[in-house]
Amino acid sequence: MQNEIILEVRNLHAGVENKQILKGVNLVIRAGETHAVMGPNGSGKSTLAQILAGREGYEVTEGQVLYKSRDLLEMDPEERAREGVFLAFQYPVEIPGVNSAYFLKSALNEIRKTRGLPELDAMDFLALAKDKMKLLELREDFLKRSVNEGFSGGEKKRNEIFQMAMLEPKLAVLDETDSGLDIDALKVVAHVVTRLKAADRAQLLITHYQRLLNYIVPDFVHVLVDGRIVRSGGKELALELETRGYDWIVKHPEPVPA
Amino acid sequence: MVHAAQNMRASDPYLARFEDTFEREGASRGPAWLYPIRKAGISRFAEIGLPTPQQEDWRFTNVAPIGRLPFKPLWAPSDATIKLEQFQFAKLPASRMVFVNGHYSPKLSTILPQESGVQLRSLTEALSSDGAVLQKYLGRFAKADENGFSALNTAFFTDGAFIHVPAGKTVREAVHLMFIATTTEAGAAIHPRNLIVAEPNSKLTLIESYFSTVQSAYVTNAIDEFVVGDNAVIEHCKFQDESRTAYHVASQYLHLGRGANVISHSFAFGAKLSRNNIRATLAGEGLDCILNGLYITRDEQLADHHMIVEHAKPHCNSHEYYNGILDDRSKGVFHGRILVQQEAQKTDAKQTNKNLLLSDDATIDTKPQLEIYADDVKCTHGATVGQLNDESIFYLRARGIGIDTARRILIHAFAGEIIDRVRCEPLREELDRLVWDRLEDNPHL
Repeated sequence: MQNEIILEVRNLHAGVENKQILKGVNLVIRAGETHAVMGPNGSGKSTLAQILAGREGYEVTEGQVLYKSRDLLEMDPEERAREGVFLAFQYPVEIPGVNSAYFLKSALNEIRKTRGLPELDAMDFLALAKDKMKLLELREDFLKRSVNEGFSGGEKKRNEIFQMAMLEPKLAVLDETDSGLDIDALKVVAHVVTRLKAADRAQLLITHYQRLLNYIVPDFVHVLVDGRIVRSGGKELALELETRGYDWIVKHPEPVPA
Repeated sequence: MVHAAQNMRASDPYLARFEDTFEREGASRGPAWLYPIRKAGISRFAEIGLPTPQQEDWRFTNVAPIGRLPFKPLWAPSDATIKLEQFQFAKLPASRMVFVNGHYSPKLSTILPQESGVQLRSLTEALSSDGAVLQKYLGRFAKADENGFSALNTAFFTDGAFIHVPAGKTVREAVHLMFIATTTEAGAAIHPRNLIVAEPNSKLTLIESYFSTVQSAYVTNAIDEFVVGDNAVIEHCKFQDESRTAYHVASQYLHLGRGANVISHSFAFGAKLSRNNIRATLAGEGLDCILNGLYITRDEQLADHHMIVEHAKPHCNSHEYYNGILDDRSKGVFHGRILVQQEAQKTDAKQTNKNLLLSDDATIDTKPQLEIYADDVKCTHGATVGQLNDESIFYLRARGIGIDTARRILIHAFAGEIIDRVRCEPLREELDRLVWDRLEDNPHL
């Protein structure tokens, strides 16, 4: 018996202000799996991530997205998060004046409430956070700082994965998490993401480069070109892309079975 | 008679009231030297009357509704019993001086023991006994001729606090001046007058709050005079939470000596219309002056802050940080003028006014102004007007935080920029909680 379907994207067409970006995306992600969506700039990778997280401003013109059999597109961003959808932002926002500990504790307790778990008090939260901060090699004073304020690019990305480790999502979407990370930081991040793999969770990595996939090994790789997934395969597809480049795929598209 | 009434000038009822009060009813004029000061106040008012929007400094704030009210200065003390705990900061460790409708209430007040020579007294009481310091400073730096409100206060002030901290003395616990309005009479006029004399090397934390127990159209018209000696360290926090039907006009005159360190906060949350004038004269070298404020308005409220910071001597730093959060059809006004005299070389002056508009109908008029006569100075100013950042809201929501809470968190953070500058810790914490509670109460967020 196959694992539960966490995410099912069916013939998704979407865009902004009359500009069509996604032109019929199909994708099925089951519990326990890690998928990678790769593609050149402008192929629609980030649009897909944003639509999954619920950002306003995108218009879905056709198709649907099911999250654990529920219509994801009908859900508010906060409801998605509470139900276990997590987006690691490509460009995390700096929020001056909002304390990181306060922010993350609020988020965690919203999610725990939805899961029927008791809220964590300040002590328990701190203990848990310190544990996860160590994994991400984040500095001690991190929780006292304002959310992402004055963080380096690498710190911001590690913060995203720290939040993922704290919130333990059912579906984690990582949007270009490798960009801005040096090789040491990339290894740290990849190690944590790999640890967070579980039989009842799924991960979707969105990346331009194959580099990340050396450290987080996906079960499936999909190539997105001009708003469509033009090829799907195993992890070796990423390597092939690395040597041959996206031009090769563009010239030799191979329709994926619907 | 009809003819005479038509010819009556707007200031006449005020003049008549002055005569009634001091000439016929024989109200206490205080010591002999005081009456000429009062008289000069009313004479000046007769010349200039209440400000009008034709005057540049009052362009955005029309006080005509105050002029349309009957003028009823409250001359008799009230004996009301009031539960102080219902008000903000009433539980802070502090000496509390309580004024009901502008009159000192000994039974509601608590003065903690002080170092020798420190005086925390009602102005009226001080006037009736020891006049030397009062005579030297009362009305010396407050410019009664500046506008009609200052002139009126000088003519009619009833009571207030007289605080005298001798050289080198520290007032350990904060002093909290609580002004509570209980009057239900429309046009009732409350004229508090506070004189704070902090001699060289003294230290004082002063909270000045305005509350009410009623919903009526009374008018508070207050003046503070601060005489701050060399190297004195002063924190002043004005908290205005008057009735939403009331009018509040106040002026703070700060005269600062060499090396002084002064921070003055203004939190304006209440009143239908409020106007806070701040006049800071940096009269000694090498001093630091911070003016820090937050206004939060909704419905049809108007909150106006008008400040003039005069750098008269070299090597002084002055910073103004004012944030406004405006909802519904409310209006904010910020006017900040920095005046650098020719002598004031090496001045470092900075002014920031940031505004968050929570509704399409809220408005802000912000007017920074630099007037510089020295050539070796660093002066900057900036004003911003905007809405909550959509990216930030989405980021919070994408982590499971509901949209209402996300908005509150961001508004609270914006207010926090100002609250964080409050140095007195229990005061800061209470302000922080208060702003959060107010945001939670706001059904519009």
